Amino acid sequence: MLNYIWFGMMLIGVVVGAFTGNIDAVTEAAIDMAKVAVNLAIGLIGIMALWLGVMKIAEESGLIRIIAKGLRPITIRLFPDVPEDHPAIGSIVLNMSANILGLGNAATPLGLKAMEELQELNPNKETATNAMCMFLAINTSSVQLILPATVVALMGAHASQIFITTIIATTMSTIAAVIAVKSLEKMKRFSFSHGGDV
Amino acid sequence: MIDSIVSVINEFSKYIIPFLLVGIPFYGLIFKKIKVYESFVEGAKDGFTIAVRIIPFLVAILVAIGMFRASGALDLLLNLLSPFLTVIGFPPENLPLALMRPLSGSGSLGLLTDLINVHGPDSLIAKIGATMFGSTETTFYVLAVYFGSVGIRKTRHALVAGLFADAVGVFSAVYICRFFFG
Repeated sequence: MLNYIWFGMMLIGVVVGAFTGNIDAVTEAAIDMAKVAVNLAIGLIGIMALWLGVMKIAEESGLIRIIAKGLRPITIRLFPDVPEDHPAIGSIVLNMSANILGLGNAATPLGLKAMEELQELNPNKETATNAMCMFLAINTSSVQLILPATVVALMGAHASQIFITTIIATTMSTIAAVIAVKSLEKMKRFSFSHGGDV
Repeated sequence: MIDSIVSVINEFSKYIIPFLLVGIPFYGLIFKKIKVYESFVEGAKDGFTIAVRIIPFLVAILVAIGMFRASGALDLLLNLLSPFLTVIGFPPENLPLALMRPLSGSGSLGLLTDLINVHGPDSLIAKIGATMFGSTETTFYVLAVYFGSVGIRKTRHALVAGLFADAVGVFSAVYICRFFFG
């Protein structure tokens, strides 16, 4: 799927760009975005280091184990393949907490840590496991309790009105993500042994 | 009532990061006698390798998204879909944001800013837009970064599930806002 979408976006970009006379802009965008990607990654280094450092302290002091244990009833249903005492559960829980609290820049390092730990359990290092897909889908569905600061700034006095609507909408999208992952993972087309969808 | 809850939550949210930055080392140092400085440095080391590892994946995804956006294909899609959208009660003004959201964080924030400036923060369109923005994520970016960091190339059902969740978030935003603010 990703292969077709990736290629499709570039193909549509070139074809539509040629028809609309935007072909120069398409070329420029390709080159610019390549630079943007590297700048984004480099910009992540500092924030990653900061949160991974704090995370290490939380891990060594046993804080993560305490939090992970408390939320085990939920995580065991979402990630049945991950052993109860595996460190991945702790990172997953912290990533979700950071997302719920609207701490986007803390959520990414914690999420990448979780992916690394989930990868340890993966027998086929190039193919995503059920747990990884579930984790990713929950992340992309944006579980959030606190409105993004940018939205609050933009909406001003009206921010409070969309507080409730955002919580309801984001809850719906998260439930949809969980249901979608649980139903799709059983399909042959997406099965782990099938080597994954192209 | 809601106003005061929101202002309390927003006030509280300012203290979360400072609290974590101090609270976690405090717990480690005082209660568990951990060498917090050494632990921090040990953990922070991984920041560099992970950030560098995701570069090829980010380049691949962002270049494709950039080409798609620059071509004007989004406007084409918008013209194609808007008659259909009006029928199902989806304001066509919100469609660019809905389509941009999974592709680009800065792009969708730009579109949201524009919606709010043009229609005013008290308009239904701005409220739908802001709700959409808060209830969906930049799925392609998250996919590239998360899977890229561990070298996963076969993503199985993750993308379909993520896009489905975005679609549910988008439509929920429209109908919930229409219900509340109609």
